[in-house]
Amino acid sequence: MGERYLLRGNEVIAEAAIRAGCQCYFAYPITPQGELVEHMARHMPRLGRTFIQAESEVAAISMVYGAAAAGVRTMTSSSSPGISLKQEGISYIAGSNLPAVIVNVVRGGPGLGNIAPSQCDYFQAVKGGGHGDYHMIVLGPSTVPEAGELTMLAFELADRYRTPVMILADGLLGQMMEPVELPESLELSKLPQKPWAATGAKGRDPNIILSFDLSPENLKRMNLELQAKYAEIRKNEVRWEEMDTADADIVVVAYGSIARIAKTVIRMARAEGIRLGLFRPITLWPYPYEPLRDLADRVHTILTVEMSAGQMWEDVRLAVAERAASPFYGEMGGVVPTPNGILSEVKKYAR
Amino acid sequence: MPVDTARMTKVFSRPQSLTEAHFTYCPGCHHGLITRIIGQTIDELGIAERTIGIAPVGCAVFAYLWYRCDALQVAHGRASAVATGLKRARPDRIVFSYQGDGDFASIGTAESIHAANRGENITVIFVNNQIYGMTGGEMAPTTLVSQRTTTTPEGRDPATTGYPIRFSELLAQLDAPVYITRQALYDTRRIMDCTKAIKKAFQNQVDGKGYSLVEILSTCPTNWHMSPLQANEHVATTVTKVFPLGDLVNKGA
Amino acid sequence: MPHGVVVVDGERCKGCGLCIAACPQKVLAFSGALNKSGYDVVHVEMPDACVGCAFCALTCPDIALSVYREKTRT
Repeated sequence: MGERYLLRGNEVIAEAAIRAGCQCYFAYPITPQGELVEHMARHMPRLGRTFIQAESEVAAISMVYGAAAAGVRTMTSSSSPGISLKQEGISYIAGSNLPAVIVNVVRGGPGLGNIAPSQCDYFQAVKGGGHGDYHMIVLGPSTVPEAGELTMLAFELADRYRTPVMILADGLLGQMMEPVELPESLELSKLPQKPWAATGAKGRDPNIILSFDLSPENLKRMNLELQAKYAEIRKNEVRWEEMDTADADIVVVAYGSIARIAKTVIRMARAEGIRLGLFRPITLWPYPYEPLRDLADRVHTILTVEMSAGQMWEDVRLAVAERAASPFYGEMGGVVPTPNGILSEVKKYAR
Repeated sequence: MPVDTARMTKVFSRPQSLTEAHFTYCPGCHHGLITRIIGQTIDELGIAERTIGIAPVGCAVFAYLWYRCDALQVAHGRASAVATGLKRARPDRIVFSYQGDGDFASIGTAESIHAANRGENITVIFVNNQIYGMTGGEMAPTTLVSQRTTTTPEGRDPATTGYPIRFSELLAQLDAPVYITRQALYDTRRIMDCTKAIKKAFQNQVDGKGYSLVEILSTCPTNWHMSPLQANEHVATTVTKVFPLGDLVNKGA
Repeated sequence: MPHGVVVVDGERCKGCGLCIAACPQKVLAFSGALNKSGYDVVHVEMPDACVGCAFCALTCPDIALSVYREKTRT
C-alpha cells in the first residue's frame, strides 16, 4: 500500500485485476468501459501476460473458459449488450465449476440503449442471465477505491469456490476519477494451487472439465453439488454496509453509485431532523436478506432507490415482507437520481 | 482354432493414449477412425502428458472419454476460442480442438476464422460429414446441393439455402495459418495420407509453427441412409468433387 | 509371402464391414453371430490367406482388430 493515484473506476478495476494475478484477459471494446480494455492492452503484454481483443463477446468469454480451465486467473469485461452475449459462456463456466471474473459496467438499456450509467442489469446478474440453475457471486462497488478492493476479492472468491464472480459497476463508477491507494501485487507463485485444472495429465489421471452429463440422475447430482456450493457461499460471503441505521426511522436501500449519492442524502436529511439511514448491499448475490429483515423490524419505511424500474426492489421486498413500508424510487435510461430528488422522495415518508 | 501370437510381431494395436472406452459412434462412421489416428499421433510424438483435447457439441461430444489426456467439453462452436484461451494460458501444452461442420463452419464461424487469423498455435481437426448427425440429420453448412436432409426434405436448394461452404478455402485466404489441408478416409491410401496430415498438424504445434487445420471428409452412413461401403464410395465419387482433397496452405513444407 | 493373424474383438466390432472390403486377401467375413450390442460381427474366415498387411485394422473405425505378423517364415 502507499501508492496513491488519481484514476477512473475502469482503470482501477483493470489495475487491481493485474495486481490480483490475472494472467489472461479477453475482451471486446464497448463504451463505457473502454478504459478498462485499453489499460489491459497497455500493461498485460508488458508483464508477459495475455491480452486478446477478441472477435466478439462470445469469443472473449469462451477464451476465459479455456484460460480458467488451464488454471490461471482470468477476466473479461464489458457493458450491458456485451454481457448479454457472454451469458452462454457464463452458464458453461458456472456449470463446469471454473473460476473467472466478469466485469459489467452497466449502461442504459434495453437493446442498444445508451452509454449513460444504469443499474438495469441487476436481474441478469443476480438471478442468472444464462440457462440453467446457477448463480454468480455479484459484487457491487460504490466508490472507485472499493472497485479495486472488490476486484481483488472477486479473484479470491472465484478461486475459493470455483465459480464465476461478477463486478456489477455502472457507467458513473467506471468514468469517475478518485484518488486511490492501489492494493499490493500478489505473487503469482503464491496463488492457490489448482490440481483440478487441465494442464496435461502428467503422473495423474486425466482432468476433464465439463458441464455435461446425459444421465438425468448424474446431472441432478451435479446440480445438487452446485446448490450445496451456493448454500456455502450464502452462509459465508454475504456483505453489506450500514450507515446511521442505529436510530433511523427510514432507511434507504441502494447499491453502487446510488449508495454513494444516498450518503449525501443522509447528511441532508439529518440536517433537517429526519432520522434517515442507509443499507448498502455489497454482495448482490448472495443478497443480505437477513440483516435487511432485522432492520425492517426497527424502522417504519425502507425506501429502495435504483437506476432501474425496480429490480433490486424485488429482493428488498423479499427481505422486508410486511415488516415495514417498502416504497421505491428509480430513474431509467441513464438518468441519475440527484440528492435533492432522493431527499424529496424520503420526505414523502417522514413522519 | 486358438491363435498363438506369442512368437509374432504385433503390427497393429490400440494406441496407448486412448482409453479402453467403446466409441459411441454408429457403425462405419469415420469419427472412430479419426480418433484412432489422433491417438496414434499422440503416441508417436510422445505428447500424451501435455496434450489437452477440446470436445465439441455434436456426435463427438463424448470425445473427452476417448483420450488418456486432459480434456474440456465446450459450448457449440466455441472450441477454437476456448483453445485460444487454453493455449495462451499454457503455451507449452499441446492443444487440439475437434469440431464438426456445424460447430466449426456454422455456429462457430467467427471463432474459427479469428483463431486462424491470429495464427493461434493450435491444431484443429475439422470433421466434415455434410450433415448434423447428433440432432437427427439436418442440413449442415457443407451439405451438398440437392442433398436430402431432415431440414431440406426436397434436397438442398441453393436458391434458398446457399451452397456448401468450402471453409478451408476461406481460411486459406488468411496470412497466418501455416497448414490447411483437406483429407478423406474412404480407402487405405487416403487413411495413410490423412494420418500423415494429422501428424504434421500436431508436429507444427510442437515446433511452435502456428495454426494447423486438417479438414476430413467423413461419412454419416446413418443419416445419409447408405451402408458404410456406399458412404465411402459417395465420398470418393461425389463429395470430393465439391470438396477437393489436398493441401491448401503448407508453409515451410 | 509373410503370414499374419488378425484378432477380432467381437464386443468392439459393430459389423460395419469396412475391414472386409479393405482386405486384399479376402480373409474376413461376417460371422452371422451377434455380439451383446446386437451387431453381426466380423470373423476370420480364411486364416491361411492373411499376410498381416493390417489394412483391415487401419480401416476399422472401432479399433476392434489387432494384427500380428510372423517374424520369419522359412
